[in-house]
Amino acid sequence: MITYYTEDHEWITVDGDIATIGITNHAAEQLGEVVFVELQGAGETFAKGDEIGVVESVKAASDIYAPVTGEIVEANDALAEKPAELNEDPEGTSWLYKIKLSETGELSELMDEDAYKALIE
Amino acid sequence: MHLMRVVPEAANMLKKTPLYDLHVELGAKLVQFAGWEMPVQYPDGIMVEHAACRNGAALFDVSHMCQIKVSGDNPAVAMERLCPGGLTTLQTGSARYTQLTTQKGGIYDDLIVTNGGDHLFVVVNASMAEQDLEILTAGLPDQSVTPLADRALVAVQGPTAGQIVSGLFPQTTELRFMQSIVVGYIRLSRLGYTGEDGFEISIPAPQAEDLARQLIDAGAVPAGLGARDTLRMEAGLPLYGSDIDQGTSPIEAGLGFSIPKRRREAADFPGAARIVAEATDGASRKLVGLRPDGRAPARAGTEIATPEGKVVGSVTSGGFSPTLNGPISLGYVPSDLAKPDTELHFILRGKPAPARVVPLPFVPHSYLR
Repeated sequence: MITYYTEDHEWITVDGDIATIGITNHAAEQLGEVVFVELQGAGETFAKGDEIGVVESVKAASDIYAPVTGEIVEANDALAEKPAELNEDPEGTSWLYKIKLSETGELSELMDEDAYKALIE
Repeated sequence: MHLMRVVPEAANMLKKTPLYDLHVELGAKLVQFAGWEMPVQYPDGIMVEHAACRNGAALFDVSHMCQIKVSGDNPAVAMERLCPGGLTTLQTGSARYTQLTTQKGGIYDDLIVTNGGDHLFVVVNASMAEQDLEILTAGLPDQSVTPLADRALVAVQGPTAGQIVSGLFPQTTELRFMQSIVVGYIRLSRLGYTGEDGFEISIPAPQAEDLARQLIDAGAVPAGLGARDTLRMEAGLPLYGSDIDQGTSPIEAGLGFSIPKRRREAADFPGAARIVAEATDGASRKLVGLRPDGRAPARAGTEIATPEGKVVGSVTSGGFSPTLNGPISLGYVPSDLAKPDTELHFILRGKPAPARVVPLPFVPHSYLR
């Protein structure tokens, strides 16, 4: 599986036409302690760049932008109950959504790991 | 998501406090604040720093705030021309909270004034320092107004702050809230901006880092601007530029306690017409504490509406309260909607979120009176 990254500090891994998305370790670190997560429910459709959720730390509120166009298959609702877990493993167990891709061509516009690392350095 | 970063070019132009190297050594995350490069948090994070202040002691570098000496004949009499506070009645070694008010009854800045015997020691907000120095210089032609640029200001706050500070300065043991003493070249004042007992220590810049290290060794946990903001919000203390400004009066902001009867009767300070009228008849709106029923914080700028959907005000400060483990907000509402338990709505991302007015402070003060 390949992981892609956005300039807005989201990651996306693709398995067939299902993708898992979340925020990067760097984003979680910069935000600090997360105290509130609001996600949309399964079945919602969205276009690339749409706001698809909110993550708030003690310091600030941040919108989550859809890295690609698609439909939400599953939201990680455990995060709404325990928002602090988003700081524990943002690129692993604390993913935000599983989504069904509708335009796989959009993936080529995203960054690979090296490009993302260069962005945050 | 969008993340804020300090741009390296801009960082070069930022001012650094005498504790800058210590912040870097301690691994602080530095941000731009009012032209200064300041720690927003250290590696353990805002929650830990906040809890340290509520349960033990936290150490804050507040050297960015502007310390000013006002001296001349009767500086307190002169200063009362610009402030509605009771300053001529202030005994040597006592401090008071007051405001610089506008002719229209708004607030240029809020400040602490200490009677230093032959002078006043004044501390103002970093973001307003330049403006305040102009106001003081122009408004006090009979006084000399001197910014004390070569001094640091360090705050030690929390239930064990008294013990920690008296360990280094036994002279402070008997000091009570809003009292201040000078030990050598160091001024220690028992006050702060967290709702806790504690001290602000004004010290010559070259000695500041040594003092900070001694305070840390004695148990004070370094804390940044992030924790300072959550602590002052819980304590219901307004932040200039957020909760109070030139458009808000001291009475609307709930600061009437700082304007004594003598000053109200004399009505001889800038903006007295409006401020005295509001103190007597009530202001049309008030700064209140608000808590939502849900978990989503309502931050500055969030609209406040009635349950029927009429927008009646807005949030001026808001976020997450580590002590209450939930969101808190400060905002202005019409006075008839300002009573505790009044039901209101925040408009969060276009949707109404039920909230209610609660008494301030959110977390009780623990000053040593």
